Amino acid sequence: MAVSAPERAPVDHPIDGGSAPSRVLDGLKALSGLAPFAVYAFLFLGLPVIAIVVGAFTDPATGDFTLGNLQIAASGIYLQGYVTSIELSVVTAVIPGIIGLVVAYAVQSSRSSALRRVVSTASGVFANFGGVQLAFLFIASLGSSGLVVGWLKALGFDPYNHGFSLYTFVGIAIVYMYFQIPLMILVITPALEGLKPAWREAADNLGASAWQYWRMVGGPVLMPSFLGSVLLLFGGAFSAYATTQALTSGSLAITPIQIGAFLNGNVLSGQENVGKALGFGMIVIIAVVMVFYSVLQRRASKWLR
Amino acid sequence: MVAVVDTGIAAPPAARPRSAPRTGSLTRWIVLLLVGAYFLIPLYAATAFAVETPGGGVSAGVFAGIPSQQGFADAFGLSLNLAVVTIVITLALMVPTAIYVHLRLPRVQRLFEGITLLPIVIPPVVLIVGVLQVAPGSLKGTPYLLAFEYAVLAMPFAYRSLDSGLRALSLKTLVEASTSLGGGWFTTLFRVLLPNLRSAVLSATILTIALVLGEYTMASLDQYETFPVWMVVFSQDDAHVSVAVSLLSLVVVWLLLLGISLIDRRRGRTTPGES
Repeated sequence: MAVSAPERAPVDHPIDGGSAPSRVLDGLKALSGLAPFAVYAFLFLGLPVIAIVVGAFTDPATGDFTLGNLQIAASGIYLQGYVTSIELSVVTAVIPGIIGLVVAYAVQSSRSSALRRVVSTASGVFANFGGVQLAFLFIASLGSSGLVVGWLKALGFDPYNHGFSLYTFVGIAIVYMYFQIPLMILVITPALEGLKPAWREAADNLGASAWQYWRMVGGPVLMPSFLGSVLLLFGGAFSAYATTQALTSGSLAITPIQIGAFLNGNVLSGQENVGKALGFGMIVIIAVVMVFYSVLQRRASKWLR
Repeated sequence: MVAVVDTGIAAPPAARPRSAPRTGSLTRWIVLLLVGAYFLIPLYAATAFAVETPGGGVSAGVFAGIPSQQGFADAFGLSLNLAVVTIVITLALMVPTAIYVHLRLPRVQRLFEGITLLPIVIPPVVLIVGVLQVAPGSLKGTPYLLAFEYAVLAMPFAYRSLDSGLRALSLKTLVEASTSLGGGWFTTLFRVLLPNLRSAVLSATILTIALVLGEYTMASLDQYETFPVWMVVFSQDDAHVSVAVSLLSLVVVWLLLLGISLIDRRRGRTTPGES
């Protein structure tokens, strides 16, 4: 790709007096440098997404436009799948969000820089440790013959006799927290660092109690960052597939697992495009979440300079 | 809890909290201890589970035995292969484009960033459905279709690394200096810009490796036995081995990220724009 810059008059400063058509031409020429990337992104990202959207609205038998796929995807077991997915994602976004905030604050407010370094390194590692490897870590501890279950049994309490199972909603939620808490610590720490000590001192000098400071100063400043981070966690949990698939072999019916089942060939005749409709629904939900996220990000950045 | 935010700079004595700091640090340690237990117990359990032998003894032989397990070499080889191809695609695509956008089209920077972030909005399980629908048969017949898609999944990370690397350079000055000394675009790219972007390129590479070695969703649905897919399949035979491999993966992730933070620290020391 030609990256040779002209010595003067770079393209981003339009030349005064140049005629309009030649300026358009220059603009097009400059944009053409993006062509390889644009073509690649279109072929391997754009086209598949278009295929999903088109497929979601296409009758597999006749090829005509239909809302039937979406209707099936929004009813019965598939509606239940969305509900379970959203419940799981809310639980594994809000609880780790709060725990992560508390831990990040505890670390941030301590005077030990060694503690901070250890926690931030560990968070980086655990936040990136997901997928099937994570599933095995928990099979060894909370699986039916896992070590922690063994300890509890030795104490006379078998969690598997009391309704607990690693391979159900609660079990999966516990596993997801393993990468959600560190992720929260990573994304909320900059916001905590943005709380200026001067604000706290000013509040102290004006006679505010700790509670008043948090309710009127700290809380409102942190709130957009906190909510934005929770939305980020929601998105991560909502699209996760590998951990749950490896743990439950598909028995916990969340939407990603149901979509995967369509690829594995468990399809009723006439429902070939329901998987695409389910995928379309997921994209819409995440897109809505991301819109809220970017609004919150903009509000949060006001205080984080 | 102590409610003064520490900036890392020693606070003047007057600003020290008046409320009993001992209670604050006690709460802090209880919180850290509980959360620490949640993170360390599975690690301990997995280690104990991996090294226990059927007779009730303990042996680290399971780790040494991993490479010779049935199917491991093929699966790991395939994953490494995909990692190399993915890195080549990612770098060939992202490095010139990122430089070009920074240099010539600063106004489309946000658009470009937006496109690179799109893979975050599309769950991999959804993307692979569309991919298998539109990919021509010749591509579907090879595992390298996965590499093309992994390059898409790597876009957000790669863009972030390269973007922060490029921001730290006085790009225009470097390019103008190179051109006025008679360097063509090839010389400018390979002998001026790339050496300056070494750490950004390296961290993009490391993140891509971690991504490819851990990716399960697309590989399993495209029915290729990559390293993570092999782990799941093999766990039916011997869960001890799969747990041992998981622990090793954690160590590898840790080492890779340690590598990035070392690179970042070195990058922090070099003066921007030096070549």
